[in-house]
Amino acid sequence: MDISAFVLFWAAIFTSNILLTNFLGMCSYLSVSREIDSAMGLGLAVIFVLTITSALNWVVYHYLLVPFGIVYLQYIIFIVVIAAFVQFLELLIERYAPALYYSLGIFLPLITVNCAILGVSLFMVIRSYSFIQSVAFGAGSGIGWLLAILMLAGLRRKLKEKLIPIGLRGAGISLIITGIMALGFIGFSGIVQVQ
Amino acid sequence: MTKKEIFVNAAFRENSVWRQILGICSALAVTNLMLNSLILGLGVIFTLTLANFTISLIRNWTPRSVRMMIQTLIIASYVIIVDIFLKANLPEISKQLGPYVGLIITNCILMGRAEAFASQNKPFDSMIDGIGAGLGYTLVLLVISFVRELFGFGSIFGLRILGDWWISWSIMVMAPSAFFLLALLIWAINTYYYKAKA
Repeated sequence: MDISAFVLFWAAIFTSNILLTNFLGMCSYLSVSREIDSAMGLGLAVIFVLTITSALNWVVYHYLLVPFGIVYLQYIIFIVVIAAFVQFLELLIERYAPALYYSLGIFLPLITVNCAILGVSLFMVIRSYSFIQSVAFGAGSGIGWLLAILMLAGLRRKLKEKLIPIGLRGAGISLIITGIMALGFIGFSGIVQVQ
Repeated sequence: MTKKEIFVNAAFRENSVWRQILGICSALAVTNLMLNSLILGLGVIFTLTLANFTISLIRNWTPRSVRMMIQTLIIASYVIIVDIFLKANLPEISKQLGPYVGLIITNCILMGRAEAFASQNKPFDSMIDGIGAGLGYTLVLLVISFVRELFGFGSIFGLRILGDWWISWSIMVMAPSAFFLLALLIWAINTYYYKAKA
């Protein structure tokens, strides 16, 4: 892969948005998008965790799994690294920034099971990114995810008083909105090609 | 509950996708081809059945505080088996599914069933619950991919059934159609439930 990290960063936000084109992180995207504030909190936490864990997992993969020939264990190792990092972050924030802990803390356990985090680490291995590329891809994906959840949260607030067919309320209408957003993001797709 | 009730409950009444909106990441991502959906569905059934069985088997010796981590590790071990099996026997499909095989681990359906059922019930019942939930999930994948493959490629399971006159809708192969189709499916089923209740 000879795409520069800078291009990859922008591509991860717009042309191959982790949520709108790769469908990763849908569960928490749908359940936490009722309020803009909590969407923002979770989004920021995702950016942070995604950037750090993609770096950590790159190091673990290239300096631990490959030399010892245990690449087939990557799923277990990656998920353990992610869970351990999130746990560590939780302890750290609780100890040193209690105010931040109360606004962000409840989202941290949700992040371990957010498929975007594991997904980015797996994409990084499959597309054989370099270290810098992985970090840029992780950060870009996080920002792209924040963008998507913020847009949905804003739109859902507008929808609160609207008459929606009863069967479509909640998840149904959110998925349709997401579909329309994904249509909009197709407009970016000619700019750069990452695969 | 009898075994049949457990099965029906897991597959339809509590179907993870349309009742609880869980595990839709991969439900959307792999559904542009029916074959890929079927293979991923089988992978989920396999993982779900055995993971439920194992989690239920050790449920009395699992400390509550670390049970999530243990459940995740059990699930991950079975996913590795699926992944190695696919790489060895169906390398082409394994390549197309890419990261989505590994992402079975973070598929909320597995943790959902482990928490809601396997951690409180007997091993054999949990296995039936796993098969039911897995089949319900595969059913949703197949319904969505049927529409997407039919309109997007004019084929079913790779066999072209619409003639040369058919002009493929490229939108069906792309991301937005997956969101729209899942929304329509949820709409139809919810409306049916409300009608049945009334």
